[in-house]
Amino acid sequence: MFGFSRSQSIAFVIMVAIIVISPYVLYPVFLMRVLCAALFACAFNLMLGYVGLLSFGHAAYYGMGAYVTAWTMKFWHLDASIAILLGGLTGAALGLALGYLAIRRSGIYFAMITLALAQMVYFFCLEAPFTGGEDGIQQVPRGHLFGFIDLSNDMTMYWLVAAIFVGGFLLIHRIIHSPFGQVLKGIRENEPRATSLGYRTDDYKLIAFVLSCFLTGIAGGTKSLVFGIATLTDVHYSTSGEVVLTTLLGGLGTVFGPAMGAVIVTAMENYLAQAGAWVTVIQGVIFMVCVLAFRRGVIGEIANWRKLEL
Amino acid sequence: MIMIFGIPGPLLFGQLLLGLINGAFYAMLSLGLAVIFGMLNIINFAHGALFMMGAFVAWGLLNYADIGYFPALILAPIIVGVFGVLLEKTIISRLYKLDHLYGLLLTFGLSLVIEGLFRNGYGSSGMPYRIPDVLQGATDLGFMFMPNYRGWVVLAALVVCLSTWAIIEKTSLGATLRAATENAPLVQAFGVNVPRLITLTYGAGIGLAAFAGVLAAPIYSVNPNMGSNFINTVFAVVVIGGMGSIMGSIVTGFGLGIVEGLTKVFYPQASATVVFVVMVIVLLTRPHGLFGKAA
Repeated sequence: MFGFSRSQSIAFVIMVAIIVISPYVLYPVFLMRVLCAALFACAFNLMLGYVGLLSFGHAAYYGMGAYVTAWTMKFWHLDASIAILLGGLTGAALGLALGYLAIRRSGIYFAMITLALAQMVYFFCLEAPFTGGEDGIQQVPRGHLFGFIDLSNDMTMYWLVAAIFVGGFLLIHRIIHSPFGQVLKGIRENEPRATSLGYRTDDYKLIAFVLSCFLTGIAGGTKSLVFGIATLTDVHYSTSGEVVLTTLLGGLGTVFGPAMGAVIVTAMENYLAQAGAWVTVIQGVIFMVCVLAFRRGVIGEIANWRKLEL
Repeated sequence: MIMIFGIPGPLLFGQLLLGLINGAFYAMLSLGLAVIFGMLNIINFAHGALFMMGAFVAWGLLNYADIGYFPALILAPIIVGVFGVLLEKTIISRLYKLDHLYGLLLTFGLSLVIEGLFRNGYGSSGMPYRIPDVLQGATDLGFMFMPNYRGWVVLAALVVCLSTWAIIEKTSLGATLRAATENAPLVQAFGVNVPRLITLTYGAGIGLAAFAGVLAAPIYSVNPNMGSNFINTVFAVVVIGGMGSIMGSIVTGFGLGIVEGLTKVFYPQASATVVFVVMVIVLLTRPHGLFGKAA
């Protein structure tokens, strides 16, 4: 099903089992943070891992998704499902506009352009009245799902977040293993060749980018609902850097790597929160170690060691 | 009072000067990035952090060793440049065989480490650095009062940028450098020590960033975030100018600073985003940048 190989099916069952059991063992709010980060990283991995384009500005789509979901929940009192969907659509729309510009260049320039465009979004959010500037949008109500499920309970909210994550995860997996996904990988390996085979590579890249931004917006919107807040941190470029780190650490271009990376990075931030600025230093060191000696990431190393596809 | 387009002259010229100063920093930083990219094929994300380090070294020299501004202007780039040489020798040189993106990621990690360490040591509030006595005060230019220090920054940046251009375009060392950028194995076959040339290029590019940092120290407070505030805009400048030409980086840097200054006069709300808007227009019309070559 969904194009899973045998090893991936087993890994998927284990992952779902962990998602089901963990809220009875660990603090649900922490787990929701992990799941949002995991969806964010999976969506980012779709671009970097499968199209080979490093977007250094994914915070823009994450942050705008968070703002729109928070704003529509707080002031329009929408249903949670619609607010989150709007967050995703905002990410997709913004991704369409900025992606259209960014795919004109590739490689290192693509990274710089996405970073610069995201910085523009950041300055826009800093000035625009609806984002609440430095304060952000606070005290966002969690509201109801489908009109009757009250989300103020952490456990109820957790199941929603878990469902969103698993849904997004399966969608990404389906995309990667579709004929469309095969073309994406072809573009990553050799773009001129894909062009000469008659594929409009720019269209493929743009569609992948929009899909990635859609799921990123969903992740941002879900996050703002869980914590009841959307702030400038969500659109800041450090958030873009963090998702790169998460994906790299977990395993670039692997299906389960980004989720694993999200567990490690979020846990690290959570338990090292008292350490203040040292968290940045540690993140930087991990970044450097990953690039220098550990380019496959945790899941990538395991897959390589056991000769599995993960 | 002179009015230009309904704007009081002094206000217009004042903002133009501020724009020129920002442009001077854009030019020096994007120049370094372009030189480093030409030789190392790496986008040096740590450029902002090393710019900040330059300012901190100048501050440290004054406060711990009582060494003043002008010696620091020479010493800080050397100290930070040597640090850059060590970085290149120990870490960055391991990446040349890999995809360019890994260079970006590594130097991004490096900038997190450097900025984090300085934030731990000195907090993020920032420390003042006094303008040297010689450059205190302001000069009446007839149409406006110009603070001497600001004039000095523009002048020093221009001299440094143009000397860099002259070294690369007009000397035999520069010719070797350009040849190595085009075809490193061939230049090596002629007996040039290319790895050493690469190391020194990185050191020089970093030195340029540190020099800009010392110039910036009295204008902005010396704080760990001063580099990252600049570097994102500098990336946009690099995309606009394209990295193919040294003079292109200089012209684009100063030009965009002026555009930013003018925007502050006529439509202040957009002043933070105008550089990015220019980038969008350039990408739509000339995707390879104003001075870039189509790859």
